[in-house]
Amino acid sequence: MSNKDAYWNKTKNHMIVTLVLWAFFSLVIFMFGSELNTMSFLGYPLAYYMTAQGSLLAFVIILFWTANKQEKIDEEHGFSEREDD
Amino acid sequence: MFKGDFIQNLPKIYGTYTGGFIVFIILMALAEQAGVSAKNIGVMFVAFTVLIYALIGYLSRTIQVDAYYVAGRQVPTVFNGMATAADWMSGASFVALAGGVYFGGYTYMAFLVGWTGGYVLVATLMAPYLRKFGCYTVPDFIGTRYGGNAVRAAAVFVLFIASFTYVTAQINATGTIASRALGIPFEAGVWVGLISILICSMLGGMRAVTWTQVAQYIVLIIAYLIPVFWISSNVGGGIFPHLMLGDEVARLGELEQQFGLVKNSAADMKAAGVPGGLKYISGTHSGVPEGGMAVWKYLSLAICMMVGTASLPHILMRYFTTPTVRAARKSVAWSLFFIFLLYSSAPMLATLSKLALMDPNLPTGIIGKSISEVQSIEWVQRWSEVKQVFIADFNGDGILQLNEWFMRGDVVVLATPEVAGLPFVISGLVFAGGMAAAMSTADGLVLAISNALSHDIYYKIINPKAETSKRLLVARVLLVIIGAAGAYIASFRLTSILGSVAWAFDFAMSGLFFPLVLGVWWKRATREGAIAGIISGIVSGTVYLTWVFPKFSVPLWGGVNTPFLGIDHLRFGLIGAPICLVVMVVVSLMTKEPSPATQKLVDDTRIPTGKAILGKQH
Repeated sequence: MSNKDAYWNKTKNHMIVTLVLWAFFSLVIFMFGSELNTMSFLGYPLAYYMTAQGSLLAFVIILFWTANKQEKIDEEHGFSEREDD
Repeated sequence: MFKGDFIQNLPKIYGTYTGGFIVFIILMALAEQAGVSAKNIGVMFVAFTVLIYALIGYLSRTIQVDAYYVAGRQVPTVFNGMATAADWMSGASFVALAGGVYFGGYTYMAFLVGWTGGYVLVATLMAPYLRKFGCYTVPDFIGTRYGGNAVRAAAVFVLFIASFTYVTAQINATGTIASRALGIPFEAGVWVGLISILICSMLGGMRAVTWTQVAQYIVLIIAYLIPVFWISSNVGGGIFPHLMLGDEVARLGELEQQFGLVKNSAADMKAAGVPGGLKYISGTHSGVPEGGMAVWKYLSLAICMMVGTASLPHILMRYFTTPTVRAARKSVAWSLFFIFLLYSSAPMLATLSKLALMDPNLPTGIIGKSISEVQSIEWVQRWSEVKQVFIADFNGDGILQLNEWFMRGDVVVLATPEVAGLPFVISGLVFAGGMAAAMSTADGLVLAISNALSHDIYYKIINPKAETSKRLLVARVLLVIIGAAGAYIASFRLTSILGSVAWAFDFAMSGLFFPLVLGVWWKRATREGAIAGIISGIVSGTVYLTWVFPKFSVPLWGGVNTPFLGIDHLRFGLIGAPICLVVMVVVSLMTKEPSPATQKLVDDTRIPTGKAILGKQH
């Protein structure tokens, strides 16, 4: 397998992991909204908290994490750009 | 000023600008103390900020093609994040989002998840690859990847429908805010708004829009957050509302029990003469509605908004302006961070504002008081005059019940500072913020449309030999025409702000999402597949919209139809996008696989390093 194919395989797997996390915070937890709302976080009902703030924050964290991880994959395969590119 | 070291000096320039804006707020506060009227303060806020944007727009003028289309691809990560956040957060986000949460509670907040979660799709599936490709516009990618004028034109068509739906709503919002802040009629406000928008974008294209959007972000975020924190400490919500409103949310639940959530019949509301667009509270604030259909309604709305986000050209094109592929990825993360600052505050503002009106223990509470007493409150009188609030005493007991208080959603943002007893300087600041939000989005949209028409239709299809000066002249003329057409339609006030904003997402998702994703992720996708997919997606979505939306279905289909599987007019992308996917895959598999040259082009797109597919100037 060429370096390019190996790079693309890793990138694809990374994409899938990111989308699984995304689906968890955007869809899966809201399938159980009424169950979650019986629990509380910071004094808020949990499902209310997640839709008002929690999932939004999770997306921000996922995005910084996924960008850093992808940069590492770039480096490993020698596809890292120079800053002054 | 805008050469060489300008980029290195950005933090200093915008730092000084932010300091200057804060000094201006303080000066206005002093002016208010000195007896300057509320109206004049509002005028000065809007006039001062719009003048600054115009100055930035003028200084960023350019005669270079790549500066005009992609800001010379030198916008640093964090600043591009701010510009995208301003591009993204429209007049609707700024003015209507908190109002939506106020009336809709948990169910409405599917919009919050949808309008933020979509950025994960942008970052993983689209932005870095489109940046590597080196295109000027979104149809530029589709036209080059699939090859040929037909597919390029089809992509421009979808872009036009989605962005134009969106831009009329934005110009409408600009007009509403300009008319209220400057005290002029709405129709005049629309044209004032349009002129402000064009000044920012006409001379410098994407470069000018980028640097004004950064300035607009700074104004709008200050204007949104100061009132939230201030109101919170005024009504006893604590100094950091985001972490401290648990008790207030619980208290709202108690008050809902106490007053009772009553649904008014349409006949009652008509008889009482409730003005159009005004709403009342009939659902719970934090409670989750029971049942599978309610869950599906929430999820389907979130899906449409997320997938729509990842297909909207005016957002995707912001990531064409970064220096590198890596910067494009990071820039998406920064964009969402800056958006998060406002979006996570909207539910807090809604909670505080609801509590201020509902809690009889607070001096600001009005529910449960006698109607004559409420009608004598100054802000109620002022907003009643312009038909933004309304009282209907259905049971005739002279006491204001929860279901008897009607209000326009915008009032939550525009009037809460006043209700909570903040000085008028804050209301002036909020007007400036709303104006910044609506202008920045309108600018991005008008530019997305006129760039696609000038680059993809005029230069790529009609006259490929056109010289630079002629291309840029055509781009500018189109910019003015598109803006004027948007303002002309906006002046008729066809639909409420949020209705049509959601439609833009559904249009974009129906026709563009899968052609963009598969263009990068599936080498086997062919030109014929893309054309068939784009057309079947946008046509089926649009036909479904006319079938399900009563205002269209009555004249066209002869009656009101029950939405299929709960897919109503806000969610019609759920019909268009799957049809687009299936048609595109089937037709691609039936046609000859793309040429080795095209396959190599896709391979190169997937690798961050190496030459862009399209040259620096093309």
